[in-house]
Amino acid sequence: MKTIDLVNKNLAKRYRKEKLFRAYGLASIGFGLLCLVLLFSDIIGKGYKAFVQTNVQIEVSFDADYLGVNDVLDSQQMASANFDGLLKKSLREKFAVKKRRDKKLAYALISSDAGYQLHDLLLNNPEWLGSTQKVWLLADDDLDTYYKSMDNAAGGFIGRLKEQQIGWIKKLYADDALRTQFNTNFFNYGDSTEPELAGIRAALMGSLFTLMVTMVLSFPIGVAAAIYLEEYAPRNRFTDIIEVNINNLAAVPSIIFGLLGAAIFLGFFGMHRSLPLVGGLVLTLMTLPTIIITSRAAIKAVPPSIREAAMGIGASKMQVVLHHVLPLAMPGMLTGAIIGLAQALGETAPLLLIGMVAFIVDIPGGVTDPATALPVQIYLWSDRPERSFAELTSAAIMVLLGVLIIMNTLAVLLRKKLERRW
Amino acid sequence: MSITTLIALVLVAMIAAFVMGRGRSRVLANATGRGVRSLNSLPFYYGMLTALWCGTPALLLLMGWLAFDDSIVRAIIVDGLPLAQQQLPEAQLSLLLSTVENIASGSYPDSKQLVYLQNAAEQLLALRATSQDLLALVLFCTAIIGATIGWLKVSPKYRARVKVEAAFKWVLMACSMIAILTTVGIILSVIFESVHFFKQVPITEFLFGTHWSPQVAIRADQVGSSGAFGAVPLFVGTLLISFIAMSVAIPVGLMSAIYLSEYAGPKFRTWVKPALEILAGIPTVVYGFFAVVTVAPFIKGSFAPLLGLDASSESALAAGLVMGVMIIPFVSSLSDDVINAVPQTLRDGSLALGATRSETIKLVVFPAALPGIVGGVLLAVSRAIGETMIVVMAAGLSANLTINPMESVTTVTVQIVTLLVGDQEFDSAKTLSAFALGLMLFVVTLALNFYALYVVRKYSEQYE
Repeated sequence: MKTIDLVNKNLAKRYRKEKLFRAYGLASIGFGLLCLVLLFSDIIGKGYKAFVQTNVQIEVSFDADYLGVNDVLDSQQMASANFDGLLKKSLREKFAVKKRRDKKLAYALISSDAGYQLHDLLLNNPEWLGSTQKVWLLADDDLDTYYKSMDNAAGGFIGRLKEQQIGWIKKLYADDALRTQFNTNFFNYGDSTEPELAGIRAALMGSLFTLMVTMVLSFPIGVAAAIYLEEYAPRNRFTDIIEVNINNLAAVPSIIFGLLGAAIFLGFFGMHRSLPLVGGLVLTLMTLPTIIITSRAAIKAVPPSIREAAMGIGASKMQVVLHHVLPLAMPGMLTGAIIGLAQALGETAPLLLIGMVAFIVDIPGGVTDPATALPVQIYLWSDRPERSFAELTSAAIMVLLGVLIIMNTLAVLLRKKLERRW
Repeated sequence: MSITTLIALVLVAMIAAFVMGRGRSRVLANATGRGVRSLNSLPFYYGMLTALWCGTPALLLLMGWLAFDDSIVRAIIVDGLPLAQQQLPEAQLSLLLSTVENIASGSYPDSKQLVYLQNAAEQLLALRATSQDLLALVLFCTAIIGATIGWLKVSPKYRARVKVEAAFKWVLMACSMIAILTTVGIILSVIFESVHFFKQVPITEFLFGTHWSPQVAIRADQVGSSGAFGAVPLFVGTLLISFIAMSVAIPVGLMSAIYLSEYAGPKFRTWVKPALEILAGIPTVVYGFFAVVTVAPFIKGSFAPLLGLDASSESALAAGLVMGVMIIPFVSSLSDDVINAVPQTLRDGSLALGATRSETIKLVVFPAALPGIVGGVLLAVSRAIGETMIVVMAAGLSANLTINPMESVTTVTVQIVTLLVGDQEFDSAKTLSAFALGLMLFVVTLALNFYALYVVRKYSEQYE
């Protein structure tokens, strides 16, 4: 038998194996992309509904005697007026309930914030005093969830709703007294135990302040360290130690930085818990290695001929670095910084350990106000049992991912636009 | 004046000193009649020098002041207290001082506090005010004196550039030292607290004990608070979840890398590679949420019954699978780099001998790239071990010693988070055990990283 026959005998089998191997590769990539699509569609599918809120139309008579208000512009009268009582009265009339238990069920359909809403409505429409008006009020989250899922084949999600309440909701629906509108609370409020009043404003501001501290500290320090290591440091053992150390720090789990923050910043320096300042410091230490490594790569990419040319016409070392190397390396450094900051923005674990997990209702106004961060808010909400919070969590994730996508796109564009190739 | 104002004022003074120093150098240069050329350095450097003389001592002083201010004030306050209070134990004394602090900040406006406490509070306020005024004054003087020294040093012969460049270099070096300081800080903080922990719990019990229940009983008859610190269930849980994650990430990541670098055309590559890398950019809290609301119910509701098994609602499998997906791009991009570094000549040689492409990959490229791939995989393992949010959200808290992926296990990182979140006292064994776990985590991941980076570095030198 000739060799060629031996080869030919196995050829079909070998080609089959070749095809199979190739198919495995393609399948792996397909699996990865499928996971990506699944993740995004799952989050978006759960979260898009949280961007609208259900409102209920109720007839309210702004009875001047009941409220004890004769001048709407008198803020003292308005503040002491019983709008909650007015709302409850209107609800009792609307659903014609007498028994204590039924009354409670009726009140539970409207958000606990609706009293303030009535207050604001009257303030903006002083002529309503003494008249009966149809007003749109914020619904409670149970009604909200039910109404949003009413079109499903299985019917609405009942949850904690009682049969009687569902009857009322169906009647409201038939009367066209239910509608959805854009959820402004989600972007204007801090955290709340009531899903319809919970928002991401406090967390977003907390993230912003934390990130500001991180940016202000980590970018200059990281760039300075990179310049030292690339342009100044002598090749010796000490420099080697710094280098190995930086590479290792980049791979240290983020939670370890949280431990560092808890022990050093909170324990040793006695800083307060939950502050964006402390969070920013911890995230600075965490992102520094990334920024140093990318900045070094950017400095390395500047050809030595530029340095030599500058030196040749009498520039000092500092002038070479500040006038030539740094401006040329800046796009690469900025790209690295943005990527590092995007990482810091999504980071949760270290912030948990320094106490940025508090229940924050007030919008923080600076780096020394107690705050939480967007990813931490997501973590906190994901634990809450109400179904509406699952929606809100997904919506918050959509916001977070949106910001991250913008940051990364910016980094890519910056690199494409400004980076020079020699 | 607040600290921020003081710092801002020092900076303003530095700018003023810069302008003055630069101006003086120009004046002196013009006086020689040869203009700027008579100067040793450019006027900019004389300005910088004056500014540095003005700002550096002042800022150093400010830092020192802030570091010692509180303890000095405290000592004076303690001195002013009645003798009986001065001799209280440390813990009670600091409680007393925080009461004084609260009175001073007006938290107890109408309460009838003891007279000596009220006096102490007044003294505290007075001392704080004095300290602030004194600080401002001293800073002002330092800045003026420094600026004057710098200003007097300006002369055409003075080598300002050399000095300024040396200062610049020192600043850069200090910045690169922060990385070292971070490592030292990590090591010190975990070791310091761990030593405290191991004084209360023997290290052998921690490393080899099989029962983990960190709730320490406050009363003798308290149920479920045995205070056992055997960390083996945590180690096993961590390894189990990491193993599941790696058995997803290694095959998928490696095959993706092989396909992308060996088969895919340039167009396919430019689109698919970044798309896969999006997976790496998604925050882990998002993966955690996905694991807990989508994957875990699916495993409990559909997957496990299909196999005739019973799954816990917080199964190790859910956390591991999702973590594996997160690590795919990590494995694939590291392997991709390594595979691309294999010289083309090796492939050409194999293909010329009649091997198919898959045979070339399996028999030539893969063995040649193996050390680098192993390095990459080790880095991925260290990432899986240290991953926190996915397991915190999806893996549960009960320390079961099991290797059944359908059951709920807990990991080292989960325990660190649960032990340290919320109110804590720094001296209880419960809190300290978190630092001991942190030490273990740090040592293991550091060893893995160190070895992996060494392997990758050595490998990449091999073909250069």
